[in-house]
Amino acid sequence: MKADIILAGVGGQGILSIAAGIGLAAVKSNLYIKQSEVHGMSQRGGDVQSHLRISDKPISSDLIPQGQADLILSVEPMESLRYLPFLSKKGWLVTNTIPFENIPDYPAIDQILAEVKKVPNHIALDADAIAKDIGSAKSSNIVMLGAASPFIDIPFEKLQEGIRELFGRKGDEVVEANLKALKAGRDYTEKSR
Amino acid sequence: MNNLLLLGDEAIAQGAIDGGISGIYAYPGTPSTEIMEYVQASKQAAELKIHCKWSANEKTAMEAALGMSYAGKRAIVCFKHVGLNVAADAFVNAAITGVNGGLVVLSADDPSMHSSQNEQDSRFYAKFAMIPTLEPSNQQEAYDMAYTAFELSEKLNVPVMIRITTRMAHSRAGVQRKAVKQQNKLSLPSNPRQFVLLPAIAKVNYKKLLDTQAIMNTLAEESEYNRLIKGSDTKLGIIACGIAYNYLMENISSNVNHYNVLKISQYPIPHKQIKELYSLCDELLVLEDGYPIVEEMIRGFLNNGKTIHGRLDGSIPRDGELNPAIVAKALGMAVSEGFPIPEVVRKRPPSLCVGCGHRDVFTDLNVALQEYGTGRVFSDIGCYTLGALPPFSAVNSCVDMGASITMAKGAADAGLVPAVALIGDSTFTHSGMTGLLDAVIENSSITVIISDNSTAGMTGGQASSALGRIVDICKGIGVDPNHLKVLSPIKKNHEENVRILKEELAYNGLSVIIPQRECIQTFARRKKAERRAAGKDTD
Repeated sequence: MKADIILAGVGGQGILSIAAGIGLAAVKSNLYIKQSEVHGMSQRGGDVQSHLRISDKPISSDLIPQGQADLILSVEPMESLRYLPFLSKKGWLVTNTIPFENIPDYPAIDQILAEVKKVPNHIALDADAIAKDIGSAKSSNIVMLGAASPFIDIPFEKLQEGIRELFGRKGDEVVEANLKALKAGRDYTEKSR
Repeated sequence: MNNLLLLGDEAIAQGAIDGGISGIYAYPGTPSTEIMEYVQASKQAAELKIHCKWSANEKTAMEAALGMSYAGKRAIVCFKHVGLNVAADAFVNAAITGVNGGLVVLSADDPSMHSSQNEQDSRFYAKFAMIPTLEPSNQQEAYDMAYTAFELSEKLNVPVMIRITTRMAHSRAGVQRKAVKQQNKLSLPSNPRQFVLLPAIAKVNYKKLLDTQAIMNTLAEESEYNRLIKGSDTKLGIIACGIAYNYLMENISSNVNHYNVLKISQYPIPHKQIKELYSLCDELLVLEDGYPIVEEMIRGFLNNGKTIHGRLDGSIPRDGELNPAIVAKALGMAVSEGFPIPEVVRKRPPSLCVGCGHRDVFTDLNVALQEYGTGRVFSDIGCYTLGALPPFSAVNSCVDMGASITMAKGAADAGLVPAVALIGDSTFTHSGMTGLLDAVIENSSITVIISDNSTAGMTGGQASSALGRIVDICKGIGVDPNHLKVLSPIKKNHEENVRILKEELAYNGLSVIIPQRECIQTFARRKKAERRAAGKDTD
């Protein structure tokens, strides 16, 4: 088994919490993991990405080779497109549709979504609205993780365990809200595939 | 022992703790910052009473670490590659003094300049100082090297460098720990003159250092980190240094018996294995992240041996970090293609946070400078360097820590009056104070703005040595109190702040203006922690 995942977003959007959720699930499944992160200057509102590699065999490179990612998971629509050279022809693009506009020349959202739809395997969802619907507006990143989960070859229960551990110290209420968010995201993808 | 999921930086920190350090000294700088932060957060380090406070700059850190070594204990000093420039005087001479307790110098390079102003290669510094370098290829090696480097240092009587790059520093993987070693006991150097570098003593020490080179070579040849892996192909032999080994293996792991590969992770370069590889193959390919240092050494100036491929002949790009695709191309292998980036995608450079006090400083300054025209603001290293970008386009230089004040002074000496220096609080105590003294002595016609956000912001909000001390420091250095102004950079003070700035810009002498407002990031974190402590926030 291997899952090469590019996580994408804007500095400050919290993609590393998604990475941590998957990472914990991978560790619980006794898989090898390498995860390359961006720290420093770009975290100030610039584009950020994380290369997350999971495998049942030892992993060599900290970076995913171009054209070989199984999944791009983006919490921002324009950022989902920035890493397309990494996506395998059979790979999936899963993105939130809500733009993060902190530059003056941010393109029209329709143009961006039109490009997303050109990718053969894509899921585009309004994770903010889904998170709000289930009464947990802050959990949109975990909705995104849920939406991408069918494409990550880790048992869903392990992801749930990862979420429990990740949010455990914040209390049962927060854990439950995020488990709900995870499930809501997964349900969206399973319905729309 | 337990298996931990650690960043390369964290693996080094844990390795150093388990390897028996009594202290870590550092100044924050991407990609090295997380090493000190890990030790500061470690309960184990607290129980072991490991000293772990930030230093004012890399030079003071290096010297304090050398002092701990003098006293017989093990110390590690950590900084980013350009920090080694600041520490270089102490670093190079520490190779001449030698050590008492083991001393490790961790330098984190940033090829591709993700968060830096250059991509200099610290391995050159280690070669210059004639000390060994360890360069991990993965997080486990990072741990193991930090764990054992202190013994190597004590055995050879020199500091040992661990060199990592951004990718190693900020990538996470599983790490297996080893048994915790005891700290050294306090002990003076057996030779009381070892650390006294008077010429007569330095000459003796230097000869000892030269004599030790042969032992360093032998140890590199015998090192478990350097391995010649034999293959069937006699055409191309491959040398892979540090993390480059991973990119190589990513490409050839399904066919490992094909190439002859020399993995190098301990320097000086292992002569014996390089000669063997050279004799086995018609041509060599050198893969190294950073400068082509190994490639140059093997190729030599005359370049009259077998063909050597690498960064110098264009097989690998001359600049930037390596990745699996670059290595695949150099091997003549096919590279898989993904999808092109659609034209609609725009650049998204980093920017000052919404609510950041530096923003107001730039707004005020741009208005105050209107009558003088642009091109006279010398800036420094920190978040405020982002003021160079639109919408502010407010600063004209960013070179090295502290250069704002001294460059403004030089420009004013040349007749560019007024010249403005813009520096942050942490950068000011790092390297700005001495330059300010130069300006005080000549009463230079410059306006120094110390934009004080009470933290080292760019690296994530570490403690600033300047906290609560800037005004006193300026007074102590001799700044005229009549031209030392503290402002609050908020919107409603805009007009008042512009008035003060204009006044001081018009003054024909040295002024220091200190806009003070806490970093919005540390402010938000502090408030969140307070709410959590009060049990009101569960997010």
